[in-house]
Amino acid sequence: MSNTLSWQHRLAERGVDRKLWLLLPATIFVLLLFIYPFLYGLSLSFRPMNGGGVLANYQKFFDDAYQRDTILTTLKISLPAALLNVLAAVPIAFRMRGRFRGKRLLTTLLVVPITLGTVLTAQGLLNYLGPTGWFNRVLMSLHLIDDPVRLTNNYWGVFFSLVITGFPFAFLLVLSYLSGIDPTLERAAATLGASRSQRFRRITLPLLAPGLATTFLLTFVLAFSVFPSAVLVGNPAGSTRVISLAAYQAAYEQYDYAYASAIAMIMGAVELVVVVIVLLWRARLYTGSTGGKG
Amino acid sequence: MSSRAIKATPTAWFIWAAVIFFFVNLAGVVGSVLVSSFGQRWFDTWVPSGFTTQWYGDAWREFGLLQVISVTLLASGLVVVLSVLVGAPAAYVLARQNFPGKRLVYLTFLLPILMPPITYGIPLATVLYKFGFAGHLSGVVLANLVPSVPFVILTMTPFIEQVDPRIESAARMLGANTRAVFLKILAPLLVPGLLASAILVLVRTVGMFELTFLTAGPDSQTLVVALYYSMSAAGIRAQQSVDAMAVMYTAMMLVLLVVALRFVNPTQLVARVKEEPSE
Repeated sequence: MSNTLSWQHRLAERGVDRKLWLLLPATIFVLLLFIYPFLYGLSLSFRPMNGGGVLANYQKFFDDAYQRDTILTTLKISLPAALLNVLAAVPIAFRMRGRFRGKRLLTTLLVVPITLGTVLTAQGLLNYLGPTGWFNRVLMSLHLIDDPVRLTNNYWGVFFSLVITGFPFAFLLVLSYLSGIDPTLERAAATLGASRSQRFRRITLPLLAPGLATTFLLTFVLAFSVFPSAVLVGNPAGSTRVISLAAYQAAYEQYDYAYASAIAMIMGAVELVVVVIVLLWRARLYTGSTGGKG
Repeated sequence: MSSRAIKATPTAWFIWAAVIFFFVNLAGVVGSVLVSSFGQRWFDTWVPSGFTTQWYGDAWREFGLLQVISVTLLASGLVVVLSVLVGAPAAYVLARQNFPGKRLVYLTFLLPILMPPITYGIPLATVLYKFGFAGHLSGVVLANLVPSVPFVILTMTPFIEQVDPRIESAARMLGANTRAVFLKILAPLLVPGLLASAILVLVRTVGMFELTFLTAGPDSQTLVVALYYSMSAAGIRAQQSVDAMAVMYTAMMLVLLVVALRFVNPTQLVARVKEEPSE
């Protein structure tokens, strides 16, 4: 009796007590709905539907140029879009930190495109940027162009859709990271004679860089899984045939779940490579206290 | 400080111009859908030739929107309730206690948010089909729980950290059992956090396309999935009734958004990825 008591006592000192039971529902949930399906998909991908070796599905993907190129297509859309969203967010957020009138209105307006989602954005882009849409009309009546610019059903349609949904997301994140940096640090630098650009380069940017890396990652994950807009405003048979579309077609048009799982695993692996590269770069940055709430 | 905001440097002008350019185009994107949904015929002109509201009635009947909207609300409601019930207790433990393997548990809970939905969605849908859940409302709810539970954990943790643990200790000393501490002490103090995470999960679930798309059957489509199908099957229906449906979807999202912003900070809508404390 006293033996079990002291045993429980020692565990409790390390933080293992009855309260940990509260983790049980969430743990069961993650195991059943996330870990198990993932492992199931992984093992399924090694059991090709039409026979063949263990790696036949992966071989099939990399041997077929039409499938293999989806990796490059996806990266060619998602990396520039994520990079542009983060880089454009920095100067704008930098100008808008601190208090000013209408800041809440502005941030509210910026949340709108996030909630619109990709499907509605796609519909709007088709109307607005189409050959007879308002955008081309304005340019033509200003005599900037003679013929309508083709901006939908190709690479640019998807790119713009990613900017519209991704930029506000990146901006709000960068803004929250920026407001976490203690403004007195910059004021101290100014007192010591640092110019505005020096203050930005030597004080703010190094403190902000880890946050920028995180923002880039989250924006990239959003852009990497682009699916509805690639079909609706893109050219799903050619220049915007992204990897998620290849996975979808394998599963729901060819009913080859093993092959679809293999593509999903490849997609996860490619994304993971980018994530790891950015995280390794981020680990080299200063991540100590910024003095603020960030 | 205020004088600096008024003095406009060339860079400031450039930045404000970029912001305005973004918003003008955004207004164009949303506005063109709105105008088109009220237009009679709109081909090669600035505005439609006449205005009508008939497309809303058409869309409502053709796409069976009453059923679609009730499915959307039912599925999202179930996801909200279940994800709060599962996520909030876990958030409590993760916010309050240090235990061996905490980092691993935390990382596992974070993973579903960091992965693109299609990557885990396809294996998940395969499993759900295998057990007969997919194609029904239950499959849609189960699939949408995957990113929602981690999201509840992430949003609830800072709210729980704000509650002083001494309040709980005091209640315990006065004889309250665990149940009473939770129901009478923690729950009332955590109402803002619960509301915030519930409304965020609601907004995200109504807008979630990929997971619902992969697991929904003909009777369990949510509004955004029905919108996608009506768009990709273009040519069968009048463009304007698709636009009308898109406007109804936007209106629903905007109502949710206005409600959400009463309870939460805009940055919270985006993400609440807390940096690992490095101090």
